[in-house]
Amino acid sequence: MSVKEILEWVAVLLILFGSIVSVISALGLIKLPDVYTRSHAASKSSTFAVLACLLGAFIYFWVVDGYVSIRLILGIIFVFITSPVAGHLICRAAYRANVPLAEGSGEDELKPVLFGGEGVVGSSVDLEEGTEK
Amino acid sequence: MKETILLLALILFMVAIALVLYRVIVGPTMPDRAIALDTIGVNLISSIAIVSIILSTTAFLEAILILGILAFIGTIAFSKYIERGVIVERKGDS
Repeated sequence: MSVKEILEWVAVLLILFGSIVSVISALGLIKLPDVYTRSHAASKSSTFAVLACLLGAFIYFWVVDGYVSIRLILGIIFVFITSPVAGHLICRAAYRANVPLAEGSGEDELKPVLFGGEGVVGSSVDLEEGTEK
Repeated sequence: MKETILLLALILFMVAIALVLYRVIVGPTMPDRAIALDTIGVNLISSIAIVSIILSTTAFLEAILILGILAFIGTIAFSKYIERGVIVERKGDS
């Protein structure tokens, strides 16, 4: 096998690995019990899957066609930056919209701080206008 | 052999999208649906990359960038809507 053939196989196996990780992520999205654990499954391994797949495509085009695609590099960087941000924002919105945690999640220490429960008074009331309605 | 593996990867991505579609339809709360839609967009990006390898063209690579940007902005808009009830905040509102 020449170097070109080996690199092609590396690219194809990276793509296959990314697709398998993506299916595992989708299974986690179905099986896990609440929004926060589902977001963990979705954002983490979905970022990884897309990273592996686009890297495989980049290596394939580079080896086979001799075409260094700036657009694929930009796509990789963009997905790698924005996917954790999107996951964080969705989880924050879900917590502030009073989506409950699953059974057995342990103690929820953020709730009295954010929503002014027992003990904590006035520390964060002005943070939380507009989510009550 | 390589084409077979690429087709298998494409089919696996389609299976992942179909599984996530269950969460879009059934999902008990709105953030579930937003997360699932974001995952569908991200899987479509990878599928487009595989399709452009199979067809051996580089014409689809712009679609990767556009779809990535659209999925991100859509997720941001969904999360702002879930959190605040509005998407675009103006100064006069309240």
